[in-house]
Amino acid sequence: MKLKKLFDDGKFVVTSEVGPPKGWQVDKLLHETEIIKDKVSAINVTDNQSSVMRLSPLVVSKLIKDRGMEPVFQITCRDRNRLALQSDILGAATFGIENLLLLTGDHNKLGDHPDSKPVFDLDSISLAYTVKRLEQGVDLAGNKLDGEPPKFCIGGVVSPCSDNLDSQISKMERKVKAGMEFFQTQAVYEVDKFIKFMDKVKGFGVPVMVGIVVLKTVGMAKFMNENVAGIHVPDNLIEELRKDKEKTKSGQTGMEIAAKLIKELKPYCQGVHLMPLGWDDKVPKILELAGL
Amino acid sequence: MLITEIKPKEEILAFLKEKKSIFVIQCYGCKEVVYPFDEIQKFLQENSINYVLQDYLCNHEYSKEYINKCKEQIENAEMLLIFSCGVGVQSFSEMLYNNTELKIKGKKVYAGCDTLYVNGFQGLTATEPNCAQCRKCHLNYTCAICPITSCSKSLLNGQCGGVKNGKCEVDKEMDCGWEKIFKKSEKMKDKNCVLDEKIHLHDFKIIP
Ligand code: SF4
Ligand code: SF4
Repeated sequence: MKLKKLFDDGKFVVTSEVGPPKGWQVDKLLHETEIIKDKVSAINVTDNQSSVMRLSPLVVSKLIKDRGMEPVFQITCRDRNRLALQSDILGAATFGIENLLLLTGDHNKLGDHPDSKPVFDLDSISLAYTVKRLEQGVDLAGNKLDGEPPKFCIGGVVSPCSDNLDSQISKMERKVKAGMEFFQTQAVYEVDKFIKFMDKVKGFGVPVMVGIVVLKTVGMAKFMNENVAGIHVPDNLIEELRKDKEKTKSGQTGMEIAAKLIKELKPYCQGVHLMPLGWDDKVPKILELAGL
Repeated sequence: MLITEIKPKEEILAFLKEKKSIFVIQCYGCKEVVYPFDEIQKFLQENSINYVLQDYLCNHEYSKEYINKCKEQIENAEMLLIFSCGVGVQSFSEMLYNNTELKIKGKKVYAGCDTLYVNGFQGLTATEPNCAQCRKCHLNYTCAICPITSCSKSLLNGQCGGVKNGKCEVDKEMDCGWEKIFKKSEKMKDKNCVLDEKIHLHDFKIIP
């Protein structure tokens, strides 16, 4: 089912995320999805996340779909030119995959194949435009598609806590104009910044799902502050993680922080997107604590 | 070596029609650039467009002098139309932008040429602005900062989410090109100079 339908029905939409393995065996991944299956409306499947080579997200999306779950197929522009992108997008239609998340993608230098060729033939905006063309029955070069055109629900990402908020918002506006129908955000830890952001983008009239990354350790929080764009974990949260080492190690602190953030942010947005980074087993508990 | 050609003439004429007053500069060209000097001259004359000629637009010393000399004309013009290679347009725009006199600082430029790709050694005068000879010059919607060479992903439709403190995600030392474009447009108080309503696509068929 298209996520757009849920937003149109006025639902507060919850999605989560899995990262395909670095290998071809999927038992563990499928087990992870089974745990969250009934708790979320859809599961994002990441595409060579952080530029680290992994199993194809199209294949994993199909496997998830076959097991009665709704995948959100993430597609980046880093590894494929416009032919390969369009051909994978048509492949998604063949598999009955309806939700796409369109991303420019991290640069190759950040991942495990830094010597590879960065493609970036398209970017998130021209990719959205491309999907819209396919939906009109023509490819990007204007050639007619055989048979029925595909129909998707396309989304994108935005960084509400970026230190370059205005340019991020201007890009978001262009994404909306290019046809994106929903947004999932970069991880948010600063409630006031998010509220201000939502106030600025209200006018776009597109549903926004706040991104939540579960904090695992003090080191992780510090690492993100140093290295990850658009994320800032405030000192009071780092202090909370530091206070009770055992509680943090067991995941309890991270879950509590995530639930608290969701509760505080829920009135301002249309959904939540959880990025558990392997802690999928904690998702049901977080949602329970958040009252969802 | 750079090879430059004049942009489609209808495109330039359409641009000129929109503007009230334009100050047109034609670079003399240089030995490093294969440049359609005569064709541009002919085009300008045929369309009765007033222009001035200027040596080595990319050369800071020359151009600074020159900006001072033509101060009044530049101030009075709504925009500048520049015929030169991609390096010349970028350098000149930067010099205007770094000028302390407000009226000059805010002047926008429009590139009248495209710079083509050519294999082999580039015997350029070393300048900070760089041109990758992409053949379809994008400077006209990016505040005259090249998105091909100043963005690690050569993005054409705006900044990616990887920027942190104004630096590019691939290198903490490198300024994000799109951040520079955005900041420049803000300072120049012209949002339209960053991107238009179009979806911009690379055209790789023209790169051998
Ligand atoms: S966009 Fe950049 S690379 Fe392309 S011609 Fe203009 S200055 Fe050169
Ligand atoms: S951070 Fe800036 S320069 Fe780097 S790839 Fe993104 S938009 Fe381009």
